[in-house]
Amino acid sequence: MSSADAVAGVLWAGVTAYAVFGGADFGAGFWSLTAGSGERGHRTRALIDWAIGPVWEANHVWLIFVLVVLWTGFSAAFEAIFSTLFIPLSLAALGIVLRGAGFAFHTTARRLERRVLAERLFGLSSVLTPFFLGTVVGAVAAGRVPVGNAAGDPVTSWLNPLSLLIGALFVATSAYLAAVFLISDARRADALDLELHFIARALVTAVVTGALAIAGIVELHADARYVYDGLTGDGLPLVIVSVLCGGGVLVMLRRGANRGARLLAVGAVVAVVWGWGVAQHPYLLPQVLTIDDGAAPSATLTTVLAVFGVAAVLVVPSIILLFMLVQRSLVTEGSGPEQRTGA
Amino acid sequence: MTAAIPLASQLEAARSQMAFTLGFHIILASLGVAFPAIMLIANYRGLRHGDADALLLARRWSKVVAVTFAVGAVTGTVLSFEFGLLWPAFTGRFGAVFGVLFAIEGIFFFLEAIFVAIYIFGWERLAPWTHFWAGVPIPITGLGGAYSVVAVNSWMNQPGGFSPTSGDVTKVEPLKVIFNAAVPYEVPHMILAAYLVTGFLVASVYAVGMLRGRRDRYHRVGLMIPLVLACALAPVQFAVGDAAARAIANDQPVKFAGMECVQQTSRHVTEYIYGRCTPSGVKGGIGIPGFDSFLVGFSTDTQVTGLDSVAPDDRPPANTMLHWAFDTMVGVGTALIALGVWLAFVWWRKRDIPQTRWFLRAVAVSGVAAIVAMECGWIVTEVGRQPWIVYNVMQTKDAVTQASGIWVTFTVVLALYVLLGAALLVTLRTMAARWRAGDAGAEESEVPYGPAPELPADVASEGAL
Repeated sequence: MSSADAVAGVLWAGVTAYAVFGGADFGAGFWSLTAGSGERGHRTRALIDWAIGPVWEANHVWLIFVLVVLWTGFSAAFEAIFSTLFIPLSLAALGIVLRGAGFAFHTTARRLERRVLAERLFGLSSVLTPFFLGTVVGAVAAGRVPVGNAAGDPVTSWLNPLSLLIGALFVATSAYLAAVFLISDARRADALDLELHFIARALVTAVVTGALAIAGIVELHADARYVYDGLTGDGLPLVIVSVLCGGGVLVMLRRGANRGARLLAVGAVVAVVWGWGVAQHPYLLPQVLTIDDGAAPSATLTTVLAVFGVAAVLVVPSIILLFMLVQRSLVTEGSGPEQRTGA
Repeated sequence: MTAAIPLASQLEAARSQMAFTLGFHIILASLGVAFPAIMLIANYRGLRHGDADALLLARRWSKVVAVTFAVGAVTGTVLSFEFGLLWPAFTGRFGAVFGVLFAIEGIFFFLEAIFVAIYIFGWERLAPWTHFWAGVPIPITGLGGAYSVVAVNSWMNQPGGFSPTSGDVTKVEPLKVIFNAAVPYEVPHMILAAYLVTGFLVASVYAVGMLRGRRDRYHRVGLMIPLVLACALAPVQFAVGDAAARAIANDQPVKFAGMECVQQTSRHVTEYIYGRCTPSGVKGGIGIPGFDSFLVGFSTDTQVTGLDSVAPDDRPPANTMLHWAFDTMVGVGTALIALGVWLAFVWWRKRDIPQTRWFLRAVAVSGVAAIVAMECGWIVTEVGRQPWIVYNVMQTKDAVTQASGIWVTFTVVLALYVLLGAALLVTLRTMAARWRAGDAGAEESEVPYGPAPELPADVASEGAL
């Protein structure tokens, strides 16, 4: 494996982390937005708030990680994506600002109307960001992002059936992931009706996500043949794993095995992200730019890999320390249910 | 000509948006770098001397750190988008070069975020000294992060460690990028600026409180810890800044000429304090004959490079603004040193802070003044480098995106950041008001990165236990 491939692997690990951690958080925002008003809506939002409270906003870190590795390791691809897809990426950034502001202020906002405003912003931006990031992925998959400074079409590159489908798929996947997570949170909170509420939503979003995925594959066949061939070729085992995990989630939910359902839901997302990576390989931008052609000079790649190694050695124990503290303190204080920490 | 107009306008929009978002983020970043150190000093004092006021201050400051850190994470994410949204050709060509510094910064940022969370969470959950030591990584990672980011800017001022200098980069020497020529003066200058801004800003909050009659010990300690630190560092900053100016006269002579309105390369150059820069010399202002030459080389006979050393297109724009920004930065820095001298003198004679309200008024404006000085410094380094984005290698106009719509994004960003800034101030004021009112829950008030809120009792469904 070349060092360019290794850096691409590091990049993809960051994308995976963002898809899982970010996805679950975006999805929670989606359910917060759609919880409605009244007693039930209020309790649903309180549960969501409580469930994602202990998970500090790691999304920025994963996203920045992905951006930095992309522009350092594969500058030409970064330039091409960010200039041609100026509009959807600006809108995704808008969502990130609104979400971050919602996160920063909703815990401190005391007055009800301010809190409601912060919650609405949080919910709305939770839909905005994954949707537009999805349209970006669609544009890249279909080869609509040529190398250069804004060399592609600023509008049709991402405003097309494939991009819109993938955008919708991203929103649905986030909602599905979050619903599966929130089922166990509701159970720990002794909120039986909310547990049923999210089981129903997990089932509905599973069906919607599956339907969107099938529609996406049909559209890939018509519009992004290279990725389609990859997904049905080298990437097929991972696609099958993803489908099996997705189906397994439904079985687990029927049996009431929530922890297993969460693991399988994560597995479904991870498998499809890596299936996509395998399908694209060896391209960064399918049929436009390969990983090797787009890679930085070797000293830069080596440095990125070394920094990644140092990061793994320093950051992982620190995170474990943080989570252990959170867990231990909750155990000794016995203050309510065990908190979600991993995702 | 018709093609040049949209491009110029595009460039203006991109530069305006970058200047605004960076100028906003730099205040939050400074707090992120320096506030944890001030917080830990109070924490140390509280534990070492059993000082309950200092300990309470440390606890409250840690919450302010959490809120500003969370907002800074947002404005920092925006900046990383802007590397692609505004300057794709710059990042496309040189991302492989300066990117290694951002990769390193990522580790520091991640670690800082984790330890902020551990520290906030650790209040009353960890043994007091364990808790203190759990906070020590925060200012250290803050320094590391500041180094990495500012080193990127100093690389733009003194690019090196890559080849060839025209066309696609094929060879990178990471160590020469990480330790580029401008690092020794630019990085310490910015880190000290962060400490000055934070120190004077925090002190100014308590000065305002004392002016409003809250003259208890709590306010005095809250005033003195940040103020003494900032006053002690202000003269150091002056020396570093002076060295930086001389280094710039040598490394980036045209930037220096712009800062000082030196039109022609010559000896015995007059130093002008303010005044209007014109092609025929400085109009108005206070002139000190030969002093500019003296500042550059310790002799009035020193030759100073003028703007005429390069073609008009290669000179920085807005000379008068550049000159005023430089003079304002130096002027404010000098005034802040004077404030420290005042404090030190009275303390030496009376073991007390100056009793006049004028002292508190001076401290009350010192925070905003320090921010003004820092922003002026950024104007000097950024506008002074123009028309280059990478000094003498790549022009800013060649780096800007060809995508249209930046005036739209700039307008949205402007509105959004005004709201973000207002929301931040309202949040901090609300927290302060609750602390003052002695709100029982206020010390455990929920902040980002803080402990999980209790699950509201009414979430559990009826009939459940």
